[in-house]
Amino acid sequence: MKKLFVVLLLLANAAFAGVAKPLADDPVIEARLKAMSRELRCLVCQNSTLADSTAPLAEDLRKEIRVLMHEGKTDQEVVAYLVARYGDFVRYRPPVNNETAVLWFGPFALLLIGAFVLYRVLKKHAGNDELKGEDA
Amino acid sequence: MKRTAKFLIPLVLFLIAVGFLFKGLFLDPHEVPSPLVGKPAPAFTAPLLSEPSKRFNTADMKGKVWLLNVWASWCVACREEHPALMEMAKISEIATYGLDYKDTDAEAQAVIDANGNPYKEIMTDADGKIGIDYGVYGVPETYVIDKLGIIRYKQIGPITEQAFFSKILPLVKALQT
Repeated sequence: MKKLFVVLLLLANAAFAGVAKPLADDPVIEARLKAMSRELRCLVCQNSTLADSTAPLAEDLRKEIRVLMHEGKTDQEVVAYLVARYGDFVRYRPPVNNETAVLWFGPFALLLIGAFVLYRVLKKHAGNDELKGEDA
Repeated sequence: MKRTAKFLIPLVLFLIAVGFLFKGLFLDPHEVPSPLVGKPAPAFTAPLLSEPSKRFNTADMKGKVWLLNVWASWCVACREEHPALMEMAKISEIATYGLDYKDTDAEAQAVIDANGNPYKEIMTDADGKIGIDYGVYGVPETYVIDKLGIIRYKQIGPITEQAFFSKILPLVKALQT
């Protein structure tokens, strides 16, 4: 009984795989597409990735990426293709360049300023303590 | 002096933050600046809506200042924009070419028949391939293309009266001279 069930399951699976095949004909490319499209923004619904989005444009772009990959384009070339059309905004990880320098280094600059201010305040308080004893 | 500084610095920082946030209220996150502005308009040939056997070629537009308006019959904002395009068609400096994006010819023709044709020519992009090359992500979008075929301006969303008179028309006039 169990064996029959397993065989049936496998058969069902095989039949399903047969139907689904045209969508995912090359597992390597599908894996690459999946990994890449998680890093890309869908411009129609900006808070979802190209992998999640059901917008028609996202579908077209996934199709286009498949074609480019079949042509032998590397991941970097595909991302460059999209950035050339939609700008750096399509990337969830913005590149480091002049335009994004503030974005990348601003928080560290603020952290440094904060640390400096904290240092000054603590030093002053330490000095006060020595002179006047404890002070609220 | 020191006391006022202690009081003023946080206040100034707070006001700067408020300034940024206030500006943010008026920014449309859907308006993503196109990297194509200042670059050559992607070349394409596409069948004409009126006569699918004939093809429009961007190479034929060299030496002309023209507007490429991407639209579709299924796009609600395009219908809102349509009267503005009809008005623009009356201005002699303006040459608007329509790109019918991911649409069927019959439905596009029905819209044109019902509302009028503001375009010099309408090209069709049934599978959206040209749209991808132009970085189209939300119709309507309009590109101003100069005599050398360089994209000089991109309007995302319907052309408003303000955008037309303050940006597009002066730009087209300047490019023509």
